[in-house]
Amino acid sequence: MLARRIIPCLDVRDGRVVKGTQFRDHEDVGDIIELAQRYRDEGADELVFYDITASSDGRTVSTEWVTRVARVLDIPFCVAGGIRSLDGARAILHGGADKISINSPALENPALIGELAGEFGSQCVVVGIDSLQDGSDYFVKQYTGDPTKTRSTLWRTLDWAAEAQKLGAGEIVLNCMNQDGVRRGYDLVQLKALRALLHIPLVASGGAGEIAHFNDVFRIAGVDGALAASVFHKGVISIPRLKEQLIADGIPIRS
Amino acid sequence: MLAIVDSGGANIASVRFALERLGVASELTADPTVIRSAERVILPGVGSAAEGMKRLQAKGLVDCVRSLTQPVLGVCLGMQLLFEKSGEGDTPTLGIIPGEVALLPDSPGITVPHMGWNTLTTGREVDLLDGIAPEARFYFVHSFAAPVNAFTQASCRHGTPFAAIVQRGNFSGCQFHPERSGPAGARLLQNFVEGRA
Repeated sequence: MLARRIIPCLDVRDGRVVKGTQFRDHEDVGDIIELAQRYRDEGADELVFYDITASSDGRTVSTEWVTRVARVLDIPFCVAGGIRSLDGARAILHGGADKISINSPALENPALIGELAGEFGSQCVVVGIDSLQDGSDYFVKQYTGDPTKTRSTLWRTLDWAAEAQKLGAGEIVLNCMNQDGVRRGYDLVQLKALRALLHIPLVASGGAGEIAHFNDVFRIAGVDGALAASVFHKGVISIPRLKEQLIADGIPIRS
Repeated sequence: MLAIVDSGGANIASVRFALERLGVASELTADPTVIRSAERVILPGVGSAAEGMKRLQAKGLVDCVRSLTQPVLGVCLGMQLLFEKSGEGDTPTLGIIPGEVALLPDSPGITVPHMGWNTLTTGREVDLLDGIAPEARFYFVHSFAAPVNAFTQASCRHGTPFAAIVQRGNFSGCQFHPERSGPAGARLLQNFVEGRA
C-alpha cells in the first residue's frame, strides 16, 4: 500500500537554508547539504526546497545548489520558487531535481502548467496554492512571498485546483494560510473537500503543531502527504517519533 | 564501463549521481558504439512514452538498444519502453518484453500519478532484490504501468496490480526510481552493477 509522505520544507536563500518570521529577518540555519542529509537520515520521504531569493526578486533559481543536493540525496526532492518558464524548469530538472513547484507564475499564466506537463510529464509538475478563508469560502492568494505584494485573486480555491489538474498538474500542495504558523492543526475541512475533488496527489501544508495533527490530516482529510517546516526545524516534532506514532496508529508510513 | 543511454529526458542526472555514490563510473552517452561496447547499460527516462521513443529514434538508438546482449536495466519510462506498446499516445515501443503499458485507473483513495513509496510483492527469488528486506519501500512516480505477466519478477499494487520489476533474458527493468529509493534503491543498483541480474 502506498505510504503517506512526510515532507519537510526548507527555505533557501543564496544556497543557504534560512528561517525567518514573515518575510524579513532571515536567520541562517545551516548548510543546505547538511540539513538535507539530516532530514533524509531522520526518515523524511521527500524534501521541498523553497528558493525565497528567486521568488522575491524575480531571479531564477540557481541550479548550482540543486545539483549539489541531487548528488548527495537519495530521496526525491522538489524545488519551488522563481520558476516562470520552460527553460527555468528545464535547468532545475536537468540539475537533478525530481519535481518543480509553481505558484504565482501559474496564476499569471495558467497555460504554463500544460506547457511544463507536456515537456517534462505531469509527474514532475506541482502546483502550489495559497488559500485564505473568506467567510464560508476559500480564495487563492498570489505573491504571498512578500506581504507588500500579496494580493487576492478571483479564483475560488476549489476551482483553481480543479483547473490546475485539468491543465496537467501532477500534484497539488495546498497551503492553508489561516493555519500557517499557528500550529493548531491542518485545515481538515478544506483539505477533505479538495481531496474529494481531485484525482491527483494532494499535499497538506500549514498548521502542523503536534503529532496528532499528522494523524488527523491523513485519516480525516485523506491527503497523500503532509508538509511542515518550523516544527521540524525547531525540533518541536522529531520525524522518527512522528513516524513511529503514525505506524502505531495504523497509517501506512515508510519506516 | 557502464553506459547510461542519454535519452535526453529530464532528471537523467540522478541515475549518474546514484552510481557515483556507489563509486561506480558511468558514461552518459548517445553513441551507439559506446553503448554496444559497455559492460552494462542503463536506460533511464521520465516523461511521456511518445517523447521517449521520439528521442531514441532521433538519436538512432532504437535498433542499438534492441540488439544489446549485455545486462540492460530500464528505469521508470525506460522500463515501460521495453514493452511492445504504450497507451500513452498509442505509441509503439521497443517490443523486447510482451505486453502493453496502460494508464493506471484512479478511484476514490487511489490517486494518479502513483506518487510515493510503495512495497513490492514477489513470488520468487529476485536477483535484483538480493539483500533487500521484503517489506522495503521504493519510490514510484508514474501514471502509466505495465501489466503483470510471465516476465514480471515483482509486482506492486495501486488500486490494480502492475509490474514493478521485469526481466526477459539480459533485459531487466524497474518501474520505481532506485536512484531515489534510499538504501534499498542503492542496493538494487549495486546488485545490477555486480551482475546479479
